[in-house]
Amino acid sequence: MTTPIVEIPAELQSYWNNLDCGFPRVGEVFPVCMQRALASLSNQGVEAYIEQARFLGKMGRGAEPILIFLEAWPEIAKSVGEDTLQDIMLFIRKMWKSPNGKAIVPFLQSLPVTARRLPSRDQLSDYLSIALDLMERTTGSVHGIHQTFPSPGLPEMYKQIQVLLSQLSLAGLKKWVDYGVRFYEDHPERQIEYFSLQSADSRAVMQRERHGTLLVDSDRKLSMYMRGLWQDEEMLIPYSSAFDELRKPMPYYDKLGIRLPDVYDDFVLPSPAGTDTQVRVAGIDRYRATLAHIIGHRRWGKAIFADNMSPFQRMAVEALEDSRVEYLAMREYPGLRPIFAALHPIPAEDACDNTKESGVRHRLTMLSRAILDANHTYKNVHIIEFARRFHELMQQGESSTQEIAELAITFVARTRLQSDNLPKTHFKDTEIGYRDDNRHMWNFMEEDDEGEVVDQNRKVESGEELKGLPPRHYHEWDYNSQSYRPDWVSVYEGLHPQGNPLDIDKLLEKHAGLAKRLKKMLDLLKPQDKVRIRYQEEGSELDLDVAIRSLIDYKSGAQPDTRINMSHRNDGRNIAVMLLLDLSESLNEKAAGSQQTILELSQEAVTILGWAVEKLGDPFAIAGFHSNTRHDVRYLHIKGYAEHWDDGVKSRLAAMEASYSTRMGAAMRHAAHYLEQQQADKKLMLILTDGEPADIDSKDGRILIEDARQAVKELDQQGIYSYCINLDPKADEYVSDIFGKQYTIVDNVAQLPERLPELFISLTK
Amino acid sequence: MTNKDQYKVGKEPFYQAQGDEVTLYEAAYAARLPVMVKGPTGCGKSRFVEYMAWKLNKPLITVACNEDMTASDLVGRYLLDANGTRWLDGPLTTAARIGAICYLDEIVEARQDTTVVIHPLTDHRRTLPLDKKGELIEAHPDFQLVISYNPGYQSLMKDLKQSTKQRFVGFDFDYPTASIEAGILAKETGVEIGLAAQLVKIGQTARNLKGHGLDEGISTRLLVYAATLIKGGVEVKAACRMALVRPITDDADIRDTLDHAIAATFA
Ligand SMILES: Nc1ncnc2c1ncn2[C@@H]1O[C@H](COP(=O)(O)OP(=O)(O)O)[C@@H](O)[C@H]1O
Ligand SMILES: [Mg+2]
Repeated sequence: MTTPIVEIPAELQSYWNNLDCGFPRVGEVFPVCMQRALASLSNQGVEAYIEQARFLGKMGRGAEPILIFLEAWPEIAKSVGEDTLQDIMLFIRKMWKSPNGKAIVPFLQSLPVTARRLPSRDQLSDYLSIALDLMERTTGSVHGIHQTFPSPGLPEMYKQIQVLLSQLSLAGLKKWVDYGVRFYEDHPERQIEYFSLQSADSRAVMQRERHGTLLVDSDRKLSMYMRGLWQDEEMLIPYSSAFDELRKPMPYYDKLGIRLPDVYDDFVLPSPAGTDTQVRVAGIDRYRATLAHIIGHRRWGKAIFADNMSPFQRMAVEALEDSRVEYLAMREYPGLRPIFAALHPIPAEDACDNTKESGVRHRLTMLSRAILDANHTYKNVHIIEFARRFHELMQQGESSTQEIAELAITFVARTRLQSDNLPKTHFKDTEIGYRDDNRHMWNFMEEDDEGEVVDQNRKVESGEELKGLPPRHYHEWDYNSQSYRPDWVSVYEGLHPQGNPLDIDKLLEKHAGLAKRLKKMLDLLKPQDKVRIRYQEEGSELDLDVAIRSLIDYKSGAQPDTRINMSHRNDGRNIAVMLLLDLSESLNEKAAGSQQTILELSQEAVTILGWAVEKLGDPFAIAGFHSNTRHDVRYLHIKGYAEHWDDGVKSRLAAMEASYSTRMGAAMRHAAHYLEQQQADKKLMLILTDGEPADIDSKDGRILIEDARQAVKELDQQGIYSYCINLDPKADEYVSDIFGKQYTIVDNVAQLPERLPELFISLTK
Repeated sequence: MTNKDQYKVGKEPFYQAQGDEVTLYEAAYAARLPVMVKGPTGCGKSRFVEYMAWKLNKPLITVACNEDMTASDLVGRYLLDANGTRWLDGPLTTAARIGAICYLDEIVEARQDTTVVIHPLTDHRRTLPLDKKGELIEAHPDFQLVISYNPGYQSLMKDLKQSTKQRFVGFDFDYPTASIEAGILAKETGVEIGLAAQLVKIGQTARNLKGHGLDEGISTRLLVYAATLIKGGVEVKAACRMALVRPITDDADIRDTLDHAIAATFA
């Protein structure tokens, strides 16, 4: 027998050569992996991918490491960022050079799960240093014999990482590891038991460390908090609070989102001596307090120029601005006051020795406290005076960053001390943990111009040919002139390319639990062929029960019910459904809070919906669309009304791809002409999209929104009910303009596979 | 002949106008056009119709529609009595005879084969055929048909047919602006205006979450309930939780967020 020669497609040949790998199994998966990598990594990322894979293949640990890496990395990179690869490889090299080479495979195997739980480079790197710490402390030479042993615990921890990270923050993990190392350093067997979570104390320590409120678990609640109470929205991104005892990272926000600690423990204020009234702020409320503070800045603050201010002046401006935005937030929601008051430190007035240390922070924190807490006990005349002046300003309205800055500068001038410049600063009780770092408050006149780094490496495949049928032309609504542009848009229809139908079956298996639950709901919806309708005046037969009751009423002189007949009705569930999928480029982005792309989640959701509707028996069609100017709108047929949920349909679904833009109106009109031909009482068009209608040749963003709105109206006239499922958390701004009330926003895209069929069921029940 | 006066709205109902709807309604009535009032539940649709009936000094006959309702429930039926059978007018027939405003509340709840009986009353014919009785009623000159429904029901099963919709002039209702809504609560229940404003704020929190897990926000009606409870001595936060949160959702995250909004608003 000869080794099969692997076919490497010509365009991948140069990558394959660079990989320089002789394992036949690698050759088998390479083309698929490489295609995925090319679709999702930057050019640089692709280079690094090959280079590191090559190293893993030559490490002398067989084919497994390179195989796992090739398959897993493109996915992982999406969640932790391509740059993280350096950190990971550095770590792998350390394992490789130590006696722990055997742990490399378990490490690589655990990496996808780990990245899902720790979705940022910072967090993942922190995790790597915990692992490194474990490795270094448990790899050893025993009894002075000149021989080294690998760490017994390390591979065990990798195998348990899913459980560990679902229960522990990184700080908790660190403590748990630390305990295991300290107690079982010299007991290989016990160490294995500990790190594989088999021993009782291992579980106990995990329980003990399992406290606090994790941001990943509170994301939905906090988004609701922002939206419901503040009408604000932003991505929430965790940073790990386990490290940096010195640097103490603070919350902040920038263009990408609001950064918050990954976990907050409940905050317990020691009860004053002699009482047992404990003040406790739950972790979730600490998040809310932090968000309220940050939203305060976003709502009421304005960046000012920093160039002419001294560092002390800036500190003072920040402190008073913090007080101002909080004051305004508490004016909206007075219930914030006790929370802020509990979290805000109370520096003792005499704590700072002004002859030995700089008291700037101390003074500012006292002032901040005095402003927050009317019952403060400070005697310092400046503190009292400026707290009063602050409140006088706020009595008049919202004040402003500029105005508060002037007050702050006066305060600095009035309270300046020689000792302020001493190298040692008084820190105790001056950290206000729920406040952000205020980086947004400052403008600098000398702008550095490296501001924007845009990801230009994104791939867009050149438009492959699909133009089988001649195009159909549709008009488009121009709201400026309130008229249609005739035959403005060309829609090309074609069969969606095919993939492997088994992939779709796998998705169904993955959601077996959900499918089971849905099945129960579907059974309730299923037409129960004949339904009896009672209480009919005229009907097909006499309803004996009712008739007898009526007769008795009649005989006894009471008013009899005349509705003594019953009839049967074929429970008409007579609905035709069209599911129209936005397949534009943006679907390739990773869904917030998930390691999957929106496309993948949509695919799962559509799979489950398709399966469910087939069970119900409603006529059902699926099509996708995207556009590349008005000359080229593509309408991709995935499932027709005449087709069943078979391998042909599944294979098209399996190959679902996203590119180009979203010219929604034309696609809806085209889909409508199929739906319209259906014989059904009710016609439902579901549009699944992740953003607003847009196309590259349409600069006025309003045009395509207005056109889609017009399309909805046209459909309504044709008796088609359109309904939009929108995955864009910011959709509030436009979706109701288009769909009126007929829409839902699914903020948490990860829940789409569940939400889509549920929505369908509730729409049609 | 039925006594008209029993259907008159006796006392002036309190209605706080949100815009020019009162004048517009008067114009629609003057032309006897059928009216459709759309809006979320509990935003004041029924109160508005009641007020207009009072203002125009016309009888008002209200029918709360439901799924089991049949055409006979609207039009009328034969009843058995000791001497044989007797015809009894349904509410729609009565209204057409005496010249009342007939208000079909939440019309989408009724099955579509029921609602078609209103069609002949809504065009220029203004007639109502009583097939079983063999009578064709000409509507009284004062008669007017008003329907209400909530387009927020996100179900295509509960939408009106185009052929029905297109017979009406429409009023779009929504929850009032914050200050108007607070005014309504204060006037309606006697709570002081500051408290009313706080209640409205919680209502708006929920309305901001509409479409994100909530199908409908908190209605003016529920806010009135909460205010009534508070006026009756129930502790503020407990009243809010009971009247504003528990009825609208079972979603733990939303509940927690609204409970927090209550705690944050009423320090
Ligand atoms: N504009 C308004 N003026 C006075 N009361 C109102 C107004 N809007 C709402 N309400 C109050 O809200 C309650 C519910 O209104 P209702 O008219 O029954 O709602 P709908 O018919 O829209 O479901 C009313 O009983 C009334 O207390
Ligand atoms: Mg701040």
